[in-house]
Amino acid sequence: MSEKPKVGFYWCASCGGCEESVVDLAEDILMVTGAVDIVFWPVALDFKKHHVEAMEDGSILVTLINGAIRTSEQEEMVRLLRQKSTLIIAYGSCAHTGGIPSLANQFEREAILKYVYEDSPTVTNEKKMRPKSKYQENGRVTTLPEFRNVVRALDQVIDVDYYLPGCAPTPKLLKAAVLTLLSGNLPPKGSILTPDIALCDECPRKKSKPSDLKFTEFKRPHWTVIDPDKCFLDQGIVCMGPATRGGCEALCVNGNMPCTGCFGPTSRVRDQGAKILSSLASSVGADEESKIDGILAGIPDPVGTFYRYGLAKSLLRGKIHKTA
Amino acid sequence: MDKDASRKKTIAAEWEPRIVAFFCNWCTYTAADLAGVSRMKYAPNVRIIRVMCSGRIDPQFVLDAYSKGADGVLIGGCHPGDCHYVEGNYKALRRIRLLKRMLADMGIDEGRLRLEWISASEGEKIKTTINDMVETVRVLGPLGIPSRFREWDKEMEIMESRIALEEVTSNV
Repeated sequence: MSEKPKVGFYWCASCGGCEESVVDLAEDILMVTGAVDIVFWPVALDFKKHHVEAMEDGSILVTLINGAIRTSEQEEMVRLLRQKSTLIIAYGSCAHTGGIPSLANQFEREAILKYVYEDSPTVTNEKKMRPKSKYQENGRVTTLPEFRNVVRALDQVIDVDYYLPGCAPTPKLLKAAVLTLLSGNLPPKGSILTPDIALCDECPRKKSKPSDLKFTEFKRPHWTVIDPDKCFLDQGIVCMGPATRGGCEALCVNGNMPCTGCFGPTSRVRDQGAKILSSLASSVGADEESKIDGILAGIPDPVGTFYRYGLAKSLLRGKIHKTA
Repeated sequence: MDKDASRKKTIAAEWEPRIVAFFCNWCTYTAADLAGVSRMKYAPNVRIIRVMCSGRIDPQFVLDAYSKGADGVLIGGCHPGDCHYVEGNYKALRRIRLLKRMLADMGIDEGRLRLEWISASEGEKIKTTINDMVETVRVLGPLGIPSRFREWDKEMEIMESRIALEEVTSNV
């Protein structure tokens, strides 16, 4: 038996991009596997749940969990991993703040199931059958996970020690996080393992950001020829940079696309969407209601734009549906 | 069952709108003072928070109020052109216009957020605005976000108690 520290990876409601980002470590993954034993990684290695159950509590040094939590199975797995791990890292936007999946919090559970099993144009289901979480036939019982009412971020389900934000986190940040953990010099619990300053600070276009913005219109990036050297906001394009934590080294900006906010807010901000709303709206260059509304009409979907990666962790957590 | 239903009914009957008001120091808060010294009577459902300027009101404050149990949020500032800080009230107006649209997408009725320009001499307008808003919110009913969050999270307790039970039985 080796004495190397044990590491686990797990995924919940996610796209697989976070797993990809681990592989994106390229040669550095050899450094990681040289330094640790990977004891659980469903996407790449053949370990099962019962292997985890057989481990001693706290015996895994760190488990990196990506994806939001929507089903009872995901809940059960992350609780198990919490029990078996000394440290849990919420890896990627979905685990950190709910991510894209948490935009589903704009819809009620029943509406989602009805669309998926009945109304979707690609579905034929005349009897309107729905899967049941428990089904019995000839004395055999089969079960399916429960579909929860809302999508949750990881720390809304279990205790989380550290966060690595991003959609997906960059290999550089992952490498730095692994080295930090192996060094034994642990940051305070609850730390987000990136710089705690807005993206604008590391943006290559920072110098072209005017000190006094005045929006006369909002342009959609796909309808606009974007100047590759000028601040997006100065071009009238919504950029989440001012309300988003840095650390990605402005990857999207370097690809000539505005920031969409995947790193979440800095520690001084509680609600990323409200903060960027405040920042953008206050710089609208009009004083009359109708003119203000006309300019703001250029942002057709404020929830989807401002909470793209963080609806689960926003102050309202999603749409407030009328109760019967 | 019947008992529970009747209890719920009494709770609903006892419900009173809770409104958080952010008033600017220079105009609206002074107007509220004026309403007070003039002994005007208005609905007691409003908790007033004084801020230096309506431009200081971060949309986070509004969402935070709702998420902590407010049924409505009232914002009061100086009339356009009268802002002590020149254009703070315009910033407030622009933010509230977009915030209202976003709140509509999030299922929060427009009547639960109100922006009014009330100058220091308009004590009467404090009274009519507050009374009017309380009635609007009363018709809309309780927003009840904290209890909704509790309701949402109940679904996780079932698993917690099941796991706890399994642990107990496996230890025996």
